[in-house]
Amino acid sequence: MTEEQNKTTVLRKTQPEPLLEVRNITKRFPGVLALDDVSLKFMQGEVHAVVGENGAGKSTLMKIMAGAYIADSGEILLQGKKVSFSHPQEAHEQGVSIIYQEFNLLPERTVAQNIYLGREPSKFGVIDIRALNKKALTVLKELGADEMISPTALCNTLSVAEQQIVEIAKAISFDSKVLIMDEPTAALTLVEVRILNALVSRLKTRGMALIFISHRLVEVFDIADKITVLKDGQLVGTELAKDVNAEKIVHMMVGRILDHYFPPLGKKEDFGEVVLRVNNCSNHFLKNINLELRKGEVLGIAGLQGSGRTELAQALFGVMPFKTGTMEINGKTRTVKAPSTAIKYSMGFMTEDRKAEGLLPKQPIRDNMLLTVRSMQSILGNIFNDGIRKSRKMVPTLAKQVDVRTDNYDREVQFLSGGNQQKVALSKWLASNADIFIFDEPTRGIDVEAKASIHDLIRGLTKKGIAVLMISSELPEIIGMSDRILVMWDGSIAGELPAKSTESDVMLLATGHETNNHSNKNDEAGKE
Amino acid sequence: MTTSSVSANGFNKFLHSIRIPPVYYFLLVIFIGGAALDFYFADGQILTNRAILTNIFVRSVALGIVAVGQTFVLIGASIDLSVAYTISMTAVMSSFIMQGDPTKVPTAIFVVFIIGAVIGLVNGLIITKLGVNSFIATLGTALILKGILNATFANFTGSVPRSYETFGYGRIGPIPISIFVLLGVVLLGWFILARTKFGSQLYGVGGNSEVARLSGLRTHRVLIGAHVICSLTAVLTGLFIVSRLRAGAPWIGPDGVYDLESVATTVIGGTALSGGKGGVWGTLGGVLIFGVIDTLFNQLGVNPFLKNVLRGVIIILAVASYTLRSKREAA
Amino acid sequence: MTTTTMAKSSRAVKVLNTIWTWIKKIPPVYPIFILIFLTVGFLNPNYQTANGIFVFLRRASPLAILAIGQMFVLSSGGFDLSMGSLVTFVIVGSSMLLNNDPEKAMITIVIMLGVGVIVGLINGVTVSFLKVPSLIVTLGMLLLVKGVAMFWSGGAPRGYFTDNFRIFGRGNIENVPIFGKFPIALLIMIVIALLSYYLFHKSNFGKQILAIGDNVRASQLSGVRVRVIRVLAFVYSALLAVVAAILLGGYGGISTNVGDGLEMQAVSAAVVGGTLLLGGKGSVPSVVFGAFTLEALFNLLNLLGLPKPYKDAVQGLIIIGAVAYVALSTRKKR
Repeated sequence: MTEEQNKTTVLRKTQPEPLLEVRNITKRFPGVLALDDVSLKFMQGEVHAVVGENGAGKSTLMKIMAGAYIADSGEILLQGKKVSFSHPQEAHEQGVSIIYQEFNLLPERTVAQNIYLGREPSKFGVIDIRALNKKALTVLKELGADEMISPTALCNTLSVAEQQIVEIAKAISFDSKVLIMDEPTAALTLVEVRILNALVSRLKTRGMALIFISHRLVEVFDIADKITVLKDGQLVGTELAKDVNAEKIVHMMVGRILDHYFPPLGKKEDFGEVVLRVNNCSNHFLKNINLELRKGEVLGIAGLQGSGRTELAQALFGVMPFKTGTMEINGKTRTVKAPSTAIKYSMGFMTEDRKAEGLLPKQPIRDNMLLTVRSMQSILGNIFNDGIRKSRKMVPTLAKQVDVRTDNYDREVQFLSGGNQQKVALSKWLASNADIFIFDEPTRGIDVEAKASIHDLIRGLTKKGIAVLMISSELPEIIGMSDRILVMWDGSIAGELPAKSTESDVMLLATGHETNNHSNKNDEAGKE
Repeated sequence: MTTSSVSANGFNKFLHSIRIPPVYYFLLVIFIGGAALDFYFADGQILTNRAILTNIFVRSVALGIVAVGQTFVLIGASIDLSVAYTISMTAVMSSFIMQGDPTKVPTAIFVVFIIGAVIGLVNGLIITKLGVNSFIATLGTALILKGILNATFANFTGSVPRSYETFGYGRIGPIPISIFVLLGVVLLGWFILARTKFGSQLYGVGGNSEVARLSGLRTHRVLIGAHVICSLTAVLTGLFIVSRLRAGAPWIGPDGVYDLESVATTVIGGTALSGGKGGVWGTLGGVLIFGVIDTLFNQLGVNPFLKNVLRGVIIILAVASYTLRSKREAA
Repeated sequence: MTTTTMAKSSRAVKVLNTIWTWIKKIPPVYPIFILIFLTVGFLNPNYQTANGIFVFLRRASPLAILAIGQMFVLSSGGFDLSMGSLVTFVIVGSSMLLNNDPEKAMITIVIMLGVGVIVGLINGVTVSFLKVPSLIVTLGMLLLVKGVAMFWSGGAPRGYFTDNFRIFGRGNIENVPIFGKFPIALLIMIVIALLSYYLFHKSNFGKQILAIGDNVRASQLSGVRVRVIRVLAFVYSALLAVVAAILLGGYGGISTNVGDGLEMQAVSAAVVGGTLLLGGKGSVPSVVFGAFTLEALFNLLNLLGLPKPYKDAVQGLIIIGAVAYVALSTRKKR
């Protein structure tokens, strides 16, 4: 044995070996460098939070560790041994489990059937149902959830939190050493988050390494031992949770971005008359919504997931219309029961889920841009019928307005980068001459540069006298962009905050608390 | 808590645990409606006649067996529209091989089951490995079978021996053998779906194939298995029909509209076209509904062409009664 | 000297490259058609004359019309499998209505077009409002429409088609410059193809069909009246089926099984012409040539002496092959 080797053995003894380690991971997607040379260590019995803004590369890193993606370069070590997962199944078998943000349960099957899907205890292919349910019950017991969830319950009868627990049960039933959770609390209420946290600490004591992604800092500090910050695909740093505070982490996450890329807010004199007024409107999800939107302003809508942000946008736009109350658009009382009516009254809606709701992936840029105009015209008509010269220029003009750089408007949008797709989706509302814009998560999943240009575009719209209602789950975005902020909680508007409020003001309202800062303007509007 | 509420609770639990498919309530309604028509037009002689009641079952046997197979495929979020020609192929091939000779019955049965397994395998492979939409893939194989059959056999070919007719006409006591066969197939189907790993995996693949894949299932193999099972039930139906007709002809499958009707009865029985949910007991209920309606039409002397019109209407309306409530747009 | 040749050759490479990119953009249906048609022409000298080609085109016209109609529905994400039955209905029903009286030809055609509108409306409304998948609806309609036709005629249609009814299917326009005789059926097909080209590729209707076939939800949120568009696509498809039936009846006379299997031929032609199943892509000219390709192939099978039923088998292979080709090539892209 050489001295060199001796040294390393000694080192190993003094420094505990990480359960899971990634070294120099790089991953590139078309147009984006998602991860740039990231190295991290995850220890046994530790809760390690990975935080960062949307697009920072958190999810990509998790997917690489769980075998859903393959890194372009770099290596993964499990208990010191180099591994490569080409399929999530391989990761599972070696003890690395992941719980994705979107649920992966079969709604029509029972809890036990879901936990042991494909691994049912059986003899000659015949399932031993009793053993199956018993095993499932044991796993649930380990999680302390055996009284809450029955192994024979159908998954579609469970609440969101219960489904989350079943997911965890499924993950640990593999005897995992490492459990990765991608935003496990995103859809949970506060009480449910507490249950989940208790569960996590239980798993920690079992000697597992727990990794979880979040951008809700409050929760991160509640349960994490270590916090790693990623930004733009790069590792900013790893800190012990007890050594840092939220401000420090936010600073690491946001860095220069906050003061850099938000355009200046609107000035008082820019705001014009009220173009959209909602009086006491409700539907099965939303309760007593009152709001006013003025020309030239950005009205931010904040709130946790499930608070009714997206439902509000859908109600305004006629996707899930209000059942009671009145809406005034440009001073006239209107009922909006379908998107086509909303568009007629010059509203535009940038949806949250670009791929599923905003774009026609197989159609060229041109047809995506012109879709709203077409839907407003007569069916047998042709878009170039009125004023051929003028409308021929329409597509290049729109492209220039939203800054889509291409000379080939016949390219299918599915081949564009995320940022350009978002710009194409935006351009169709410019084409329809909308003057009330609803943005639902305008910068979700696009890179920093594209984000900045979307923000500039939004501000550019308000300068032209367009009214913007912007929904976002990213607090820096809400605070950086909004001239006023409405915070939603539990299907209603919890309060209004002025521009430049702090993140904690927003969070307090969003979690159902009162603040001193917020004016009760809304309640007054209701009384009128 | 009082004892009465506990027992009521227990009863509810019992009701919940056996989960009667809603199609049986529908069947009851159809039966009562049929009885009303019966009393009005035929003085109640149709549904009180035991021979006719037996007939309802016998008429349901052919459709019922293949519908069990179709249930497997639909649960896997696939579809098999080649069953009609698989039935024809079986009927023609078996009577062609038998040629009225009782000693050739085992050979014939063996050969047609092999052919059926190959058809199912090919369907499954085209759908999984070539990525062809199941609807198009099985219509394609149906066309291929149709071409081969029509090019080779013009009309009734061969015949089945007397002894083989027992399958179609024999009775044990007052009950036709074929009814036992149908119940046997349904029971076996239920067992495979509810009690075996394969069944569980099939629900997984149909419910969400990505989840199934991430859970480590060999989704392709499972789906191919379902298609083989479906083709084998079509073969059994073909063997039953040929024993009733005494000879096979290429048109008997499409003439019975087994492709569309097996899908329709399965959907009426509560199996979703989008997969992942349903079962064979519901399908049996759907088949019985068709049997009742069919028998009534026959006994009331409805014009056979008009019967097809009414069938079309019933199929569309029956499926609509399930899809109407869905929020998603159909295409 | 070397530099100039180099420059020249690099320019040549560039030109070749641009030509190659153009060639790659040509839908595969065109070279396939040319290949099959040349083979047919080689085997049968009849196809080497203008007259022979016209006969071929006239015979292919009804299928081309059906395929265009089918493509409208396929592009919207649905299927129309009731086409074949509708063709049978029109032919059987026309013979009943005409009752050997030439004066009734016009009114018969108008009534049949009306029937087409009704069938299309029922298909479309059932899909859009009752949310039954079009596969089930139109297969049910297939049973229903054929049942009505048979019930009406008692299984045996009477009479014959009057000459003024048959002229659309088998008549020619005489003394056309250059061509001499020009089949009326082909002219009707060309007119319908041009109209469909405008509707599908230029008008708001076609673009919205593609939109809902590509992404229903996004279309709805962009103000597209999804249900209206879908219903209209089914109506157009049924109307074209009626037109095709009139041509087929004129050419082939009355029979109760003319329509059998035509819906699958139409789907095959559309798919061979590059139409994407479940919606989002389609092209009128390619689909017309898809129909020509299929017809040429049937001719080829005939010339090779294969029994007629093999037509079905070959069609089955083609349709699976065409869809598999698209599926595998998109899988490769990802």
